[in-house]
Amino acid sequence: MDIAKIDQIIENHNGEESSLIQILLDIQSEYHWLPKEALARVGERLQVPMSRIQQIASFYKAFSLVPKGRHEVHVCVGTACHVRGAQRVLDTVQDITGIGPGETDAELKFSVETVNCLGCCALGPVMEVDGKHHGNIAPSQIASVLNNCE
Amino acid sequence: MSEIHLQIDGKEVVASEGMTILDAAKTVGIAIPTLCHHEKLEPYGGCRICTVEVEVRGWPKLVAGCIYPVEKDLVVRTRSEKVDKIRKVLLEEMLAHAPDAEELQALAKEYGADRDRFEKEPSFCIHCGLCVRYCAEIKKKHAVGFVDRGSNREISFIPEIASKECWDCKECFPLCPTSALQAAYVLAESLIPQPDAEVSSCSCSCSCSGKSGTGE
Repeated sequence: MDIAKIDQIIENHNGEESSLIQILLDIQSEYHWLPKEALARVGERLQVPMSRIQQIASFYKAFSLVPKGRHEVHVCVGTACHVRGAQRVLDTVQDITGIGPGETDAELKFSVETVNCLGCCALGPVMEVDGKHHGNIAPSQIASVLNNCE
Repeated sequence: MSEIHLQIDGKEVVASEGMTILDAAKTVGIAIPTLCHHEKLEPYGGCRICTVEVEVRGWPKLVAGCIYPVEKDLVVRTRSEKVDKIRKVLLEEMLAHAPDAEELQALAKEYGADRDRFEKEPSFCIHCGLCVRYCAEIKKKHAVGFVDRGSNREISFIPEIASKECWDCKECFPLCPTSALQAAYVLAESLIPQPDAEVSSCSCSCSCSGKSGTGE
C-alpha cells in the first residue's frame, strides 16, 4: 500500500474532517477495501479518532475491512429476479468461482455478493459484474462473462 | 434567561430556557427513570426509558424527556398508561439482552416487565452509549466505540488505543448498567499487541488478530 496515494486522496478533499466518508469511499474504490494503515493515516491527517472511523467503516455496506477481489460480482435476488430464476444464477456463479455470497476467493479475483434489487426488474434475472449489468442472463452465459474477467 | 412556565404531572413548574423536561422535573422532585443519561455528558436519547407524554397545543405526543427542551405552557405527564406500557416493553426488550442487570431489574419490578417475555440473546449490552460517550466527551481518548449496525451493533475497544490509555483509567466500568463493557475490555485485552510478540501476519483492519481475512 502506498501512503503517498492515500495522502493524495486526502489532499483531493482538502483534508477536511467533513469529507471523511468521501475519502473512505475513494480509498475503497482504489484498493477495493480499507487497509488498516490507510485508516490510521486518514485518522492522523483528519484528526478523527480511530473509533469514529471504525464505526463509519463498519456501518456502511459500501466499505470493506477485509480485502475484496478485483472483480465484484453482484447477483440480484430481489423478488422479480428470484421469480425469474436468480437462485440458478447464484448456484452457477458459485460453481464457477467456488465462493458463496459475502466471500472472496484466495487469489483475490472475485468477490460475490447478493443484492436485493438493482432497480431493473424487467431485465431479471440480473447479474452485475464490476458495475456492468447483465440482464436476462441464462446460467449458460455466466461462464463466458466471468471467464472474460482477468 | 427567560422563565418558562409549564406543567408536569399537574404541578406548575418554572424552568429556564435550554432545560430539558428531565431537568425541569428534577427541580420539583419528580423522578423520571433514565438509563443512558449522565449529568456530565451531552443528552443522548438512546434508551428511550425516559419517554413521557407531552401535550403541545392540545395534541398529545410521546417524547424522550432527557432531550426534549421545555416549552411555554407544555403539559407533561411522566406516568400514564401509554408511557408505562412503552417503558415496560422497552425493559422487556433490554432484559432479553441483559437479564441479570440490577438497574433493569429494579425498573422491571416497578413497571411489571416480564424478563422472560422475549427470547434471550445475552449480549449484555443495551446500547446506552455511556462508555462510548464518556470516553469521547470527558476523557477525549476515543478508546471504545460502536461498530456495525442494526441488530449487530456492539461496543468495541480499539486495541491500539486501549493498550495505552485504559489500564489506569477504567472510569467507564462503573457507568455500565450491565457488565458488557468489562467483558468487551477483556476481549480487547487479548488483542492488544505485545511489544515482543511476533507481528501478526494478517494486515486486515478488522482486529481479527491474524486469522484469515478472506473467504469467510
